Amino acid sequence: MDTVADKQKREDSLNGVGCSRKRKEDARFIQGKGNYTDDIKMPGMLFADMVRSPYAHARIISINTEKALALPGVHAVLTAADLKPLNLHWMPTLAGDVQAVLADEKVHFQYQEVALVVADDRYIAADAIDLVEVEYEELPVLVDPHKAMTTEAPILREDLVGKMEGAHSTRKHDNHIFNWQAGEKDATDRVFDAAEVTVSQDMVYHRVHPCPLETCGCVASMDKINGKLTVYLTSQAPHVVRTVVSMLSGLPESSVRIVSPDIGGGFGNKVGIYPGYVASIVASIVLGVPVKWVEDRMENISTTAFARDYHMRGELAADSNGIIKALRVNVLADHGAFDSCADPSKFPAGFMHICTGSYDIPVAHLNVDGVYTNKAPGGVSYRCSFRVTEAVYVIERTIDVLAQKLGIDKAEIRRRNFVKKEQFPYTTCLGFELDSGDYHTALEKVLDAVDYKGLRREQEEKRANGELMGIGLVTFTEVVGAGPSKSCDILGVGMFDSAEIRVHPTGSVMARMGTITQGQGHQTTYAQIIASELGITSDEIAIEEGDTDTSPYGLGTYGSRSTPVGGAATAVAARKIKAKAKKIAAHLLEVSEDDLEWEVDRFKVKGVPGQEKTMKDIAWAAYNNVPEGMEPGLEAVDYYDPPNFTFPFGAYLCVVDIDKDTGVTDIRRFYALDDCGTRINPMIIDGQIHGGLTEGYAVAMGQEMPYDEEGNLLGNTLMDYFLPTFVETPKWETDYTVTPSPHHPIGAKGVAESPHVGSIPTFTSAMVDAFAHLDVTHMDMPHNAYRVWKQIKALGLLDN
Amino acid sequence: MIPSCFEYHKATSIADAIAKLQDNEDAKLLAGGHSLLPMMKLRFSEAPYLVDINGIEGLKGISIDGDTITIGAMTTESELIRSDTLQQYCPLLVEAAKLVADPQVRNKGTIGGDVAHGDPGNDHPAVMLALDAQLVIHGPDGERTIPANGFFLGTYWTALDEYEILVAIKVPALKSGTGHGYHKLKRKTGDYAVAGSAVVVEMNGDVVRDIRIGLTNVAPMAIRAEAAEDLIRGNRVDDVLLKAVEKAIVAACDPAVDLRGDEEYKSHMAAIMARRAIIQAIENAKE
Amino acid sequence: MAKQAVSFTLNGKTVDVLVEPRELLIHTLRENLNQTGAHIGCETSHCGVCTVDIDGESVKSCTLLTVQTAGSDVKSVEGMATADGLHVIQQAFVDEHGLQCGFCTPGMLMRAYRFLQENPDPNDEEIRWGMSGNLCRCTGYQNIINAVKTAAKNLQQA
Ligand SMILES: Cc1cc2nc3c(=O)[nH]c(=O)nc-3n(C[C@H](O)[C@H](O)[C@H](O)COP(=O)(O)OP(=O)(O)OC[C@H]3O[C@@H](n4cnc5c(N)ncnc54)[C@H](O)[C@@H]3O)c2cc1C
Ligand code: FES
Ligand code: FES
Repeated sequence: MDTVADKQKREDSLNGVGCSRKRKEDARFIQGKGNYTDDIKMPGMLFADMVRSPYAHARIISINTEKALALPGVHAVLTAADLKPLNLHWMPTLAGDVQAVLADEKVHFQYQEVALVVADDRYIAADAIDLVEVEYEELPVLVDPHKAMTTEAPILREDLVGKMEGAHSTRKHDNHIFNWQAGEKDATDRVFDAAEVTVSQDMVYHRVHPCPLETCGCVASMDKINGKLTVYLTSQAPHVVRTVVSMLSGLPESSVRIVSPDIGGGFGNKVGIYPGYVASIVASIVLGVPVKWVEDRMENISTTAFARDYHMRGELAADSNGIIKALRVNVLADHGAFDSCADPSKFPAGFMHICTGSYDIPVAHLNVDGVYTNKAPGGVSYRCSFRVTEAVYVIERTIDVLAQKLGIDKAEIRRRNFVKKEQFPYTTCLGFELDSGDYHTALEKVLDAVDYKGLRREQEEKRANGELMGIGLVTFTEVVGAGPSKSCDILGVGMFDSAEIRVHPTGSVMARMGTITQGQGHQTTYAQIIASELGITSDEIAIEEGDTDTSPYGLGTYGSRSTPVGGAATAVAARKIKAKAKKIAAHLLEVSEDDLEWEVDRFKVKGVPGQEKTMKDIAWAAYNNVPEGMEPGLEAVDYYDPPNFTFPFGAYLCVVDIDKDTGVTDIRRFYALDDCGTRINPMIIDGQIHGGLTEGYAVAMGQEMPYDEEGNLLGNTLMDYFLPTFVETPKWETDYTVTPSPHHPIGAKGVAESPHVGSIPTFTSAMVDAFAHLDVTHMDMPHNAYRVWKQIKALGLLDN
Repeated sequence: MIPSCFEYHKATSIADAIAKLQDNEDAKLLAGGHSLLPMMKLRFSEAPYLVDINGIEGLKGISIDGDTITIGAMTTESELIRSDTLQQYCPLLVEAAKLVADPQVRNKGTIGGDVAHGDPGNDHPAVMLALDAQLVIHGPDGERTIPANGFFLGTYWTALDEYEILVAIKVPALKSGTGHGYHKLKRKTGDYAVAGSAVVVEMNGDVVRDIRIGLTNVAPMAIRAEAAEDLIRGNRVDDVLLKAVEKAIVAACDPAVDLRGDEEYKSHMAAIMARRAIIQAIENAKE
Repeated sequence: MAKQAVSFTLNGKTVDVLVEPRELLIHTLRENLNQTGAHIGCETSHCGVCTVDIDGESVKSCTLLTVQTAGSDVKSVEGMATADGLHVIQQAFVDEHGLQCGFCTPGMLMRAYRFLQENPDPNDEEIRWGMSGNLCRCTGYQNIINAVKTAAKNLQQA
């Protein structure tokens, strides 16, 4: 027998790590048999709809529900007055603040939740919300975060007046939420004072919305007989929701079951706990029947929940060769009316301190102030790890500005400042330990692939003809996989994650995780990890997530944490099983464990051909023939608390051509090289990267949430809010290098968010580059045709 | 986003439809429904009675008789795009229809609804002005035919009287020496125009004998850029003239400010779209 | 408002429903007939996740009254696969990784189904134009384009 070929064949049949296994979850989706929240129907289910504020800031004088209640088919109208006796009119946020479930005396942002109508169906509910009469007295509105801490600013949060000790720091003003700093201020200032060259750039990372195609919603069902509350909801973190619901309702966690069914995309939109969920749960408890609430698209964009809104200044000090000596970053963060960011508790500005990027920067200081404004709350991580997108944006933009000032090429200045391969593990001056990286290789690979020098020559010629062509370049480092529970927790629960694996007597596997897929393909990829670890084909490995009654506690899926944390738990749990399997194999083969070696799917006695036990043999034996003193069965649980974050990186390059007449930009080319360490399923990785790049394109080139002076949100339907179609979306070119994470059990680092994080500054870099010869150093997003045309006009480039 | 309650009637004939409009206060016609239903879902419109004119025979289809093409009001955008007759004798309509919305919307939206709705953002009104179309209208007092020029009176406001139905549109077939062009700037597929311009030229050698320029979404209604037309009529078009034309167009615009842009941008974009459409039309006229 | 009886064909079977005139087809399909394949994404006719096929054309069922479909032939994603297995287009979406969260997929498939009859051998640009009424937030479209091309090839061979 050809043993090499046989081994290869067995290896291939596992469909394990590294292969582009087709997705397990597709079968139901392509046949219309997915089970999303709005697909769920329960006997006697009622439908809820929300009465919302037309004003951004107003006092509620009165609410009259009579007409609505008189409409046939209406069962209840809940207001803050109804929730007050239950102490549920306010709820705690993940960020240590409180948020009104239904507006209590005052509304703080347009579209704020004022009353919940519960009716027989969504048609009656829609009619009834028009019949709820609310009288308001308008108050002065605070829209501009820069004015939040002035003396003239209206005070928004009357509930906090006088409470100057905030969750994260002392508050400097009634509209101040927190101040957060990292690094050494004095040392940084000294370097700046003495530096040969300094640059400073103000930039706005505008407010955007993750906007998955499925909006948020839930079906809450209180079973009064058994005392059990079941809630199906669109959540990226069902276990956290259970804990919060239990704390709020007083029901023991064992009486609360949260199920995240199929989720139609999350992108950070579905991490938070929203008033609609809580109000629906209360409605179900009060009425004793299931209640469904599903927001429409306008409610989704307007209320649950924005991302970014960081007003930043990036400054670099360097020598005349462009070697960076210090970094200073100042941020004014607009958190809207309630601080409901979903960051690890100790990090009110998320991991903004990854803003030293891929560069060897000796000293830095980061200062972030969060303020309240009359806008919807949020501050979620839109397809990124906590504020990493903002961090990457500020450093990548500022280093471009430095390059421009010194007349050094963008690629060259990065080369000169990269943390070198031999410096890893490298501790940044703001405190992250970058575990691995090879930035130079990634950059050179991209430059070669696109013929960077040729592009620059072409640009020279175009500029001579008055044409606008830009080349954007970004070399980013992300921090994902939160996270080590020594530093990261949510509401006090450490940010570990979990896997529970059971091997059945016949050798098939059922595994459950604390994470929850929203399109990432967990059912496919987790099975691949287990397949490679245990030598059982992934086709016989079933993965389940999202039901808190059955899956082990986990913190959920966001911030690219599933593979770094959940994937690690999966590998470690599998290894626990393998260790037991080895003992059983030794027992069956009557040798010592030291005499065994593992090969693909079996343990072999070293040097004795034919003496072997496959994992299937061992699984059977685990239920009838284990060594004396060993308990039967073959299963393991792992709660994995990672020793460190992971640090995916990449090098992205973009070429744009701008039409001077209209401001319309053509993305001629976008080349994305990602290093996510070990590649579990290349097909899925590529798909994730295409998606992330497309979302990055949307943010950079069109998405925005403008508010007028009265605090009205302009553009909250898909007519205005930019989701690119097939036609606008560029064609993506992808590439990779592989630098495994040294501390992750299988070396994987997480991938889905890097294309979003990395591409956004790349687009801005390209847009600015098109005007760089005219001394433009920065342009704020979105780079839509209108804004670009304004730039063209301001530079006097219009030909008339 | 659910419409408020209304009654629904599927009309069997034009007369039936007119009678139902007369009998029911604030009743509205339902054609493709792709302007009306979105407005009703947002409750911007709360029509209590809808008269569905989809089943009425004779309101659909494209025919040519001599120099005149007749298009039934209920002809959909997709049908315009698929029409060989239009492709040959009035390609401007095909081009413009391709720039309307997206494939699904084009399967339902009708040319009659697009024209009758009076939305300055709709693409066909400017095309009608450029083509010098005639609109065939039925009402309680019978039939009348009026020029598109003068039909568009303001936002959601046309020369249609209460109880009247637009039944057909007549446009001249392309003659030799004439050329068409439509250019539209939009933020993305499925969006209304930032600005658009439809142009029809009649050439006499190098000289423009006649020209009509229609503009989309840069005024309360679709408009003709008459001052610009006057500059061109009887002249050879060159860069210097086009500059003057652009200025005249900017001056003619009075757009609403929205997220697509401010007045200045939209007016300038109208000028750019018109310039491109003029160049294209002249180019086409040569073929 | 008084309800009206409406009959139409859904995936080859006659269905009878009783609806208010204002009821939108997407709700009738999902709530009344329990066909939850078509989804609701925007409600303003922009996203296409509610796309079904009516009398040989792709239509956004959130912008159509159920009463308007009386007598029509409606096809939804639930009718794509047959006893013989998946439709060629469905298989192509799996093979080319043309879906992630799956929320846009039923609408995408229904549009691809009709589009490939309108244009059996499309190039990339034609696919982009012909599918532009359907949004996807996950895939960046690239693999959907590949799926449509693969399906076109396989349909021609079949
Ligand atoms: C997402 C989306 C994008 C769009 N993008 C564009 C675009 O880019 N360009 C564009 O031009 N349009 C666009 N539209 C509008 C679309 O083309 C509509 O279909 C069109 O404006 C109206 O035609 P309809 O047949 O759907 O009319 P309906 O919506 O049925 O009717 C519109 C109005 O006209 C009246 N009406 C209809 N037919 C007649 C008639 N024969 N006689 C008298 N009154 C009548 C109705 O009573 C109603 O008041 C878009 C629509 C959507 C939903
Ligand atoms: S829900 Fe119908 S198009 Fe979006
Ligand atoms: S697969 Fe998620 S929206 Fe398309």
